[in-house]
Amino acid sequence: MQAKALLPLAVAAFMVAGAGHAQDSDAVAAGEKVFGKCKSCHQIGAGATDRVGPHLNGLFGRPAGAHEGYRYSKSMERAGVDGLVWTAETLDAYIENPKSLVSKTRMNFRGLKSGADRANLLAYLRSFSDNPANIPEAEPTAKGIDHDLDPAILALEGDPEYGEYLSSECTACHQADGSADGIPSVTGWPIDDFVVAMHAYKDKLRPHPVMQMMAARLGDEEIAALAAYFKDLE
Amino acid sequence: MTMNRRLFMGTSAAALTTLAAPALLADGHGKPRVIVIGGGSGGATAARYIAKDNKGAVDVTLIEPSRTYYTCYFSNLYLGGFKEMDDLGHTYGTLASKYGVNVVHDWAIDVDRDAKTVSLAGGASLPYDKLILSPGIDFVDGAVEGWSVAAQNAMPHAYKAGSQTELLKAQIMAMPEGGTFAMVAPPNPYRCPPGPYERVSMVAHMLKANNPTAKIIVADPKPKFSKMALFQEGWADHYSGMIDWIGPDFGGGNVSVDPAAMTINIDGEETSVDVCNVIPAMKAGRIADMAGVTDGNWAPVNAADMSSKADEDVYVLGDASQQGDMPKSGFSANSQAKVCANAVRGALTGSKVFPAKFSNTCWSLIGTDDGVKVGATYEATDEKIAKVDGFISATGEDSATRKATYEESEGWYAGITADMFS
Ligand SMILES: Cc1cc2nc3c(=O)[nH]c(=O)nc-3n(C[C@H](O)[C@H](O)[C@H](O)COP(=O)(O)OP(=O)(O)OC[C@H]3O[C@@H](n4cnc5c(N)ncnc54)[C@H](O)[C@@H]3O)c2cc1C
Repeated sequence: MQAKALLPLAVAAFMVAGAGHAQDSDAVAAGEKVFGKCKSCHQIGAGATDRVGPHLNGLFGRPAGAHEGYRYSKSMERAGVDGLVWTAETLDAYIENPKSLVSKTRMNFRGLKSGADRANLLAYLRSFSDNPANIPEAEPTAKGIDHDLDPAILALEGDPEYGEYLSSECTACHQADGSADGIPSVTGWPIDDFVVAMHAYKDKLRPHPVMQMMAARLGDEEIAALAAYFKDLE
Repeated sequence: MTMNRRLFMGTSAAALTTLAAPALLADGHGKPRVIVIGGGSGGATAARYIAKDNKGAVDVTLIEPSRTYYTCYFSNLYLGGFKEMDDLGHTYGTLASKYGVNVVHDWAIDVDRDAKTVSLAGGASLPYDKLILSPGIDFVDGAVEGWSVAAQNAMPHAYKAGSQTELLKAQIMAMPEGGTFAMVAPPNPYRCPPGPYERVSMVAHMLKANNPTAKIIVADPKPKFSKMALFQEGWADHYSGMIDWIGPDFGGGNVSVDPAAMTINIDGEETSVDVCNVIPAMKAGRIADMAGVTDGNWAPVNAADMSSKADEDVYVLGDASQQGDMPKSGFSANSQAKVCANAVRGALTGSKVFPAKFSNTCWSLIGTDDGVKVGATYEATDEKIAKVDGFISATGEDSATRKATYEESEGWYAGITADMFS
């Protein structure tokens, strides 16, 4: 904000927002470099328009899938309706592993594993959001926190027979034949995607209240068992 | 045997062990036999899961008088004009053809627990090794002064779906301009805690479109009801001035009706009404009583497997059971049936028995695209089915969220009915 106030008015008018807090300027500069990985699909800053991906001005505080005029995946729209809002924490998880938050996102990006890179990138993105002063500061832990699942969890072999029993709780809503209307299909998912998504509900990164509740009491082995069972349905 | 099983099921670490010597239960007569009484939410699910998972190793007989089961869930949406009656009907053909369930369309009229037989109205007597009761509810005699089942044509309950629901809708549609719809709400515990209030919302929706000066009176013996804040907010938003909810503080619990005169008396004040929906106090479906597994109005069960406290070879599911914290809902009955099916299968065939897990979510529609929900998860304790964790929709949610919640309820309906009947 202070930075913006010092700029001549005419220049400021072309900027979507100021360059962020002075103390973050190193991070912003480092983040600009990291943004190189995003550039082929996303534009940001003055004159940015939607390309393969939506432009990223004003991203913080916006519900997922809500930027008008851009055609999002169904999955992204649903995440927004379920209550996913882009904050430092949710963006951090999304950039680390997009599918953890939005299973069928069209963003074809494997994810940024380095917590420091993500923190810098977020500082850069944040500097293009309106009113950065009003954006809640990230929880201290969100900076560079590792949302990535413990590889030991991903490596767990699920027991499909146990998964079949547990699945009977899921099929009260999700249809076993994979049909989906109103409630998404859970059959035929790659095991890793399934496990990552369920843990994102368990950690309350994904917003849906029923799913958060159901996932909350599933242990690592139970999630693995469900993943193993549902993978081979249909 | 039973002791061991109970002990065993109480410890989740042992969940993957196989039971010993189950064949005992089929003593001498070949395949073990399961009889399920009642082909509703609990019974259809139990029959389907036991038959499906055993692939013919157990004989499953389902006794249900109706050829088509009309779900109570979404029957309020039929009253509101959002669903057709045909959308609510489900038949038993797939249970028979795909899973080999022996579907007998008859009434069970008695259970002899010593001989382990069930008598049917048609005269047959069927033997069982394990008996599962899911007969739903009946009404407590004399619960609402002046009302009896003989008066249910003049004053329908519409709390068992089908012809009663159609009758109630026809009466609503025939109300004179500016007429009065009255509801007598039931005391706890009863089937579907939000059901009466979703119904009030749907009747109001119908009347607002067709008879906007009509009035709705609700006489309620309960000071609080399920999703109360959400319903009251929705009523003020959509149907302002139309609904008069009279709680016990204002005499809502002191009610009598006169079906011949079409009047309702609330705390001494008599009112003529055009439609009167009487939802009396409830109890377990009568066959549970005849089987001798009830204590008072309901049938107490063990939380770990839904077996009756009175008889380890009899299980009681759904509304009829007294299990603890779960609401009486189709979702709950379906959830309990799966735990029971797993335990029965384990006892009869030695298949793996996994620890019990229960859950429930109930969606309600307040107005067009205005859906709300409440849900919880549960676990089995020695004493009861105990609530673990829950959530409820917030008041003041935006319309996109409410619309998504409604759409989700439609997905749930498709999912749960497939989990019972297809
Ligand atoms: C208006 C309304 C709205 C509702 N909405 C919802 C909702 O949105 N979500 C939800 O989860 N739940 C809802 N419910 C509750 C739900 O319908 C019940 O809780 C559920 O059906 C209970 O299942 P059950 O198996 O115990 O009984 P039922 O489903 O009632 O099944 C009992 C069956 O047993 C049969 N039967 C009875 N006696 C005998 C006998 N002697 N011999 C043979 N057969 C017999 C009956 O014919 C019946 O088919 C609603 C209920 C109402 C009334």
